[in-house]
Amino acid sequence: MNGFANWAVHFFMLDEGPLIWLSDFLIGCATIGIIVALTYFKLWKWLWDNWLTTVDHKKIGIMYLIAAVLMLFRGGTDGLLMRAQLSWPNLHFLNADHYDQIFTTHGTIMILFMAMPAIIGFFNVAVPLQIGCRDVAFPYLNAISFWLFFAAALLFNLSFVVGGSPDGGWTSYPPYVENVFDPGPGENYFLVALQITGIGTIATGVNFLITILRMRAPGMTMMRLPMFTWSVFITSIIIVFAFPVLTVALALLLIDRDFGSHFFTVTGGGMPMQYINLFWIWGHPEVYIVILPAFGIFSEVVSTFSHKRLFGYSAMVVSMIAIAILSFIVWVHHFFTMGAGPGVNSFFGVSTMAIAIPTGVKIFNWLFTMHKGRVEFTSAMLWAVGFIPNFLIGGLTGVMLAVPPADYQYHNSYFLIAHFHYVLIGGTVFGVFAAIYYWWPKMFGVLLDEKLGRWHFWMFMIGFNICFFPQFFLGFMGMQRRMYTYPAGYGWGIINLISTVGAVLMGVGFLIFVWNILWSARFGQRDTTGDPWDGRSLEWATTSPAPEYNFAIIPTVKGRDAWWLMKKTGESINGPKGVPFRPIHMPNNSGRPIIMSLFFFIAGGGFIFQWWVLAIIGLLGVLVTMAQRSFEYHDHHYIPVEEIEKTEAAAGRL
Amino acid sequence: MKPSGRRVRSLFIIVGLSMLALAGCDDPKYMPVLSPQGPVARSEYYLILYSFIVMLLVVLGVFVIYFYVITKYRARPENKDYVPPEIEGNTKWETIWTVIPIIIVIALAIPTVAVTYKLVKPPKVEAATTAATGKSLTIDVIAEQWKWVFKYPAQNIETVNYVNIPAGVPVNFELTASGPINAFWVPALGGMEYAMPGMNLKLWLEADHPGTYQGRSGQYSGRGFAHMTFNVNAQTAADFAKWVQTTQQTAPKLTQQAQDQIQKPGLLSKPLTFSSTEPQ
Ligand code: HEM
Ligand SMILES: [Cu+2]
Ligand SMILES: [Cu+2]
Repeated sequence: MNGFANWAVHFFMLDEGPLIWLSDFLIGCATIGIIVALTYFKLWKWLWDNWLTTVDHKKIGIMYLIAAVLMLFRGGTDGLLMRAQLSWPNLHFLNADHYDQIFTTHGTIMILFMAMPAIIGFFNVAVPLQIGCRDVAFPYLNAISFWLFFAAALLFNLSFVVGGSPDGGWTSYPPYVENVFDPGPGENYFLVALQITGIGTIATGVNFLITILRMRAPGMTMMRLPMFTWSVFITSIIIVFAFPVLTVALALLLIDRDFGSHFFTVTGGGMPMQYINLFWIWGHPEVYIVILPAFGIFSEVVSTFSHKRLFGYSAMVVSMIAIAILSFIVWVHHFFTMGAGPGVNSFFGVSTMAIAIPTGVKIFNWLFTMHKGRVEFTSAMLWAVGFIPNFLIGGLTGVMLAVPPADYQYHNSYFLIAHFHYVLIGGTVFGVFAAIYYWWPKMFGVLLDEKLGRWHFWMFMIGFNICFFPQFFLGFMGMQRRMYTYPAGYGWGIINLISTVGAVLMGVGFLIFVWNILWSARFGQRDTTGDPWDGRSLEWATTSPAPEYNFAIIPTVKGRDAWWLMKKTGESINGPKGVPFRPIHMPNNSGRPIIMSLFFFIAGGGFIFQWWVLAIIGLLGVLVTMAQRSFEYHDHHYIPVEEIEKTEAAAGRL
Repeated sequence: MKPSGRRVRSLFIIVGLSMLALAGCDDPKYMPVLSPQGPVARSEYYLILYSFIVMLLVVLGVFVIYFYVITKYRARPENKDYVPPEIEGNTKWETIWTVIPIIIVIALAIPTVAVTYKLVKPPKVEAATTAATGKSLTIDVIAEQWKWVFKYPAQNIETVNYVNIPAGVPVNFELTASGPINAFWVPALGGMEYAMPGMNLKLWLEADHPGTYQGRSGQYSGRGFAHMTFNVNAQTAADFAKWVQTTQQTAPKLTQQAQDQIQKPGLLSKPLTFSSTEPQ
């Protein structure tokens, strides 16, 4: 019994001190609170019927976004903890082990559990509406993708309080992460959680690829697609090619750790450099997976709020294709210092610089979309306008990093940290905020408050620059990333302190954002027209929020900026008057995706703690739920004409 | 709301703050990357400077257009009735802003490739060499958890967590590791390279003058990584020869016990010196 108690204390990390106790307490409170609230307001059935079993792309998109905002909070808290520890030399607020775990979870969560669900959330929210169809190509698979992501995120976050977090960095290089140097379940959490969410992401890539290829409304040719949909199309292709590489890398490393193989070990003929190559063959395209959709968002927002057509549409498409291709031949720039020789380094250096060319074309096209426009600085537009200079700094320091001999000096330093936060925050996070302000009325039928939105933008943008700009200098001063502390006497202290102040301002910006959501939910202006921004693409043609079937009659598209054209010619989205409605074919809800992901979760736990019985139960459950789907014959229903008429009448479209 | 005004002001504040932080940091000790103390670091520094200037020109160019566009074409009550023209694109302008980046990339690529090739060759000998140094010195570097071991094969000397080199003589560091990957970095003398198990990478460095330069690990390798620092002491050729001789005569031999101590994960309280490189 005593042995068990000891084991449990260690397993639940109760011997790790107040940070863990506090987390346990907060998690406990939140869980109990949610359960009590759901029970008290009798919401369980509503939750299950409307959300947990839904296959509606709009609702799945919203669930992705909620998860992404929660993960931004978690990752941001990690960031603030690290900034607190680094704010002055020789602090002991966090010890080395804790700091190592926190930068690992911060990086992993921000990229895979914040940026990814945020952009995939907007794939879901906007793409089917923009191409004028009723759902994605595979709605059931879409639900599975979401729940796999969700199970993985839960598993990964659990590591904080059960068994210990990974501490190998988000890049997780062997041999450090092999069992010899890094025992315990932490690293397994990383490998298993990424594996599970990766499967979901590949499915998402396939889903949107097919959706955009096959489900476009009549007349919506590829060269009439809204630019955001184009970016999703290209991103999906990158996902389909890049993610399987990650799957392989993670699997090999997990086999090393769980079953004692020697793919990447020091002894037994392993080759750690192989992992590093595999990781970045996925990892570099991954950063384009999170930035290209942001480019798409900015294209929509800039054109809408300049009240002007997007400048250089074809050039925008071609440059995205060029970026996508180049993104697969630059991965070595992440390890110029691995001694591949001058030929290899020169090739990858120059190919990396070349990405600046199509990116530059895009920047100029955005600028010239605003040129001669009437630029309205709404909150969404502020993020787009703020993006240009911030991303420019990120991109150009990226070009500086692409010079191999210079990179020998910048590598892994705070110069790099500053660079990638400029692209990830200045690009992706700004893009996600722009999209949130832009599509919020479409998702919820309510506008976010503009005044709070401005406060949010300025606070976050200024804080961001105060936090990360000084870090370029820290890099020149010789400060490396992943150092949990540093001695006095190098002049690093004051710069780090400034940086920490900036991080706090970003935190305040985030709180204003949360306040804006709450405030607007209660007092926000309702969007009764469905088209609050005088929009150009088809999502603005339907009600806010869109009805379950999106469009009562699938619109016929006559050109680019389809809805803009319809407005100019006075056409109705439902076509000429008197065209009768027909029953609409829709997929059924299903509880199986969430149950299947529960089995993935169980199997994941098995692989993490090497409890093979659990792993087998989980995998069997996955197989059974998959097989069941094959025998499901009634997976769709029809929305009757009367119901459509009622909905359309309420929207004033009859 | 006046975004452009506030934006300019915030920009000034940020730049001002950074400058303030940097004032009083012109001591080379504070900015090792920007005050190179050897030929390798110097080539890298010139490339950094060159690429920075080119990028600064781009930033300035784009910012001019950017601020022009967002101030001139802002929506104002006066231009409420202005209907923007629908412009598809403009081949002439689009060609211009494709060609300019291409030229910039080429201008950057040429020196980049040249220096990348140059750095794999030893830098020039700058000082009179002696028997102790030869025309170039080879030192084997092993990254342990979490310390740096330096073996002088020709001199049969081993040091831990510091390394002495002759100034003005190219030093060939041969990098490897016994466990996790680390990166060997002496910012004042030159950029880093990985020390990896089972691999043997060469890194040429040279110090212009005698002096002490700090090195550290550039690649995270676990708990003690932040403390993986070492000093590089560059000495005159004569001083170096003297140090080699006294070390060979007076330093203890490397024992098995000391070897085990070095290989065990952990930190050392002070640097070590031995007059042999294999445990006796
Ligand atoms: C709230 C704002 C943020 C703050 C204060 C912040 C701060 C930090 C800090 C202090 C580090 C660790 C530096 C080190 O010791 O190596 C770090 C690393 C990192 N951050 Fe952030 N960050 C923020 C937002 C983000 C966002 C939005 C992303 C991605 C979308 C991101 C991605 C990363 C990654 C990938 C790493 C590297 C982790 C690793 O070394 O394995 N961060 N960040
Ligand atoms: Cu990359
Ligand atoms: Cu980058």
